[in-house]
Amino acid sequence: MDEAQLKERTAAFLDRNDPSGDRLDFLRARFDAGLAWVWFPEGLGGLGVSRELQQVVERELAHTPQLSSVQGIGLGMAAPTILAFGTDEQKRRFLRPLWTGEEIWCQLFSEPGAGSDLATLATRAVRDGDEWVVDGQKVWTSGAHHSRWAILVTRTDPDVPKHRGMTYFVCDMHAPGVEVRPLRQITGEAEFNEVFLTGVRLSDDLRLGEVGDGWRVAQTTLMNERVAIGGAPVRRGGGMFGSVLETWRDHPELRTHDLHQRLLSLWVEAEVTRLSGARLREQLVAGQPGPEGSGMKLSFARLNQALSGLDVELRRDLGYDDWTFRRSEGVDFYGRGAGYRYLRAKGNSIEGGTSEILRNIISERVLGLPSEPRVDKNVPWKDLPR
Amino acid sequence: MTAGVAEEKGERPMTLLYSEVEEELRAAVRGLLADRCPPAAVLKRIESEPYDLDLWRTLAGEIGVAGLLIPEAYGGAGASASEAAVVLEELGRAVAPVPYFTSAVLATHALLQSAAVDQAGDLPQAVAVDRVRELLGRLAEGRATAALAVSFAASPYRPERGSAVRAGDDGARLSGSVSGVAGADVADVLLVPVNGVLYLVEGAGVEVVPSLDLTRPVATVTFDDALAVPLGPVDVAEVLRFGAGLLASEQLGVAEWCLDTTLAYVKERHQFARPIGSFQAIKHRLADLWLDVVRARAAARGAVAEGSAVSVAVAQAWNGDVAVRIAEEALQLHGGIGMTWEHPVHLYLKRAKAAEIALGTPGDHREALASLAGVPGPE
Repeated sequence: MDEAQLKERTAAFLDRNDPSGDRLDFLRARFDAGLAWVWFPEGLGGLGVSRELQQVVERELAHTPQLSSVQGIGLGMAAPTILAFGTDEQKRRFLRPLWTGEEIWCQLFSEPGAGSDLATLATRAVRDGDEWVVDGQKVWTSGAHHSRWAILVTRTDPDVPKHRGMTYFVCDMHAPGVEVRPLRQITGEAEFNEVFLTGVRLSDDLRLGEVGDGWRVAQTTLMNERVAIGGAPVRRGGGMFGSVLETWRDHPELRTHDLHQRLLSLWVEAEVTRLSGARLREQLVAGQPGPEGSGMKLSFARLNQALSGLDVELRRDLGYDDWTFRRSEGVDFYGRGAGYRYLRAKGNSIEGGTSEILRNIISERVLGLPSEPRVDKNVPWKDLPR
Repeated sequence: MTAGVAEEKGERPMTLLYSEVEEELRAAVRGLLADRCPPAAVLKRIESEPYDLDLWRTLAGEIGVAGLLIPEAYGGAGASASEAAVVLEELGRAVAPVPYFTSAVLATHALLQSAAVDQAGDLPQAVAVDRVRELLGRLAEGRATAALAVSFAASPYRPERGSAVRAGDDGARLSGSVSGVAGADVADVLLVPVNGVLYLVEGAGVEVVPSLDLTRPVATVTFDDALAVPLGPVDVAEVLRFGAGLLASEQLGVAEWCLDTTLAYVKERHQFARPIGSFQAIKHRLADLWLDVVRARAAARGAVAEGSAVSVAVAQAWNGDVAVRIAEEALQLHGGIGMTWEHPVHLYLKRAKAAEIALGTPGDHREALASLAGVPGPE
């Protein structure tokens, strides 16, 4: 199918379905017409065509009901994993309400004792007939409080080395024994949760992939996470820079020579980072993806932190807009004060792979440098020091 | 306005990628340099006769790099800054001691600009048409080498730095001197800008001074009532800006060699019974440097694709710093051997440090961005 045929199909769909009618009906119909994610197979919201064609559909349907940002984890991480490892039954059951937003998803991966070293995770799943009983604690879970389902990695065999003893599940967030507690961050608000799992019973048909193959399944999820963090196009001097520049231009009385030097250095760094992103997107369109993507998040984290810190210093504002402990649905960088942006940006070098882990990934997978000697590779998980 | 090759590029869609033609050109240049200009060969010659003019003749004549920026009507290839940039990346990778940048980029661009030659090859009548035509032909074929008599330490913002030349009353003789001129010692002709006019001079005193950059030494050029042919008007700042944009690609090449060579070394070199490249303290530094180089490539491509004052200042501010940082890190990560004369890393450090100053320091370019990008200083 080419662009013209897809446009025709989209037009025909719009003829039959009124975008100003019921939002959910419209989204369901869009899924059933294969116009949800065109690179997915037919019958699962797609048409089995190239992923690049999705932008054609998005353009044609730009004025129709859109998906919500709380669906991010479901769309970006759960869906590709279910597509790759789910049974036909699982794909049919989960993908449609995931895409329409009727069911929200979260991710139960990190634990208090397993952050960068995710494979050391300790949440146990023990088989009991046709069910699994899950006990443990997960953390850094955004959206858990309105999620219907979660993607969950557990330890099912403590007697083998850590990478081999894991199993991946879909977790029913409404099951007895699932407790979600807001986790307050340094910004004052709670964007994330701790999730306690106590004797949670999951039926075996919620398992994704083979028993013991959880690490491989989780890799699919994590690879998709890094793609999602790739970064959208920004204009020159835009993004986080725009907000600092506005203050800078509007308040000449705040400018100092020291801040000016630093701001110009950051302007250059932001611009070359923007150009790298533009070049990366050109490579993707030309079908020659390079390893450059691995570095983008590292650059953005550093820039965001440096800029938001400079912003606070520039304003000489000793106040803070709001320390109230409350839940937030997402990161609202521009609706909040400079102090909030400064504090929230600290998470940029931790979430989705710390900058240190990203440097390891770049140096080993892109630059081909040897890994550090490992003491945990061939030791049964239960014998690892912790 | 001028015969800027960068402006001509406006007709093509802007891309930051390399074209197939550019990759073919790169392969040809890289192949020749691998054969004729390995670092050991450069090291061997730098104290006796730094420039390799045999190599230059092959590059200029056989591969045809000298005429890239010259319109086809004058025997050139009529190519754009984008192709010239790829040649510079490769020459930077090899710290090749050839006068490509000084002759085929700076001097050639000044000549084209002065004669207001556009890609169609039309010459206005006011200039010394025959001389320009003849010289362009010789430059395109590599039969002549030129140098622009402007200090390498001048910049688009201070184009007069280092120059003190005046024209005689008859407008046919020049007196004075210019310090820090690169490529003058191997130039057959000098192009000398004086008060907005470009002169052609064939007899001048050229005294090479001991230079930080062994592979591109600079000279003091002296004119003592020297015979000069006025060619046409010249905007030196524009010439230097054009050169600065392309110099970013040479700096990228220098940075790439330093990164590649250091990566190879830390994989081989064992201490504490491990390759030193397995230590995170080293891996993380190299990951950061790689990211700097990725962005230097985007900046260099941006400068030749866009050619604007902003894109050039950005590329120079970034790539000038990156090339020096990575050459310094390359030396450090090579340990003791990096400090020796026999290892070529010092050639790259010297090139990077001199290129940092050439055509404006990173600080000069950042300062220019204050007005170019609308980030004004304190009042």
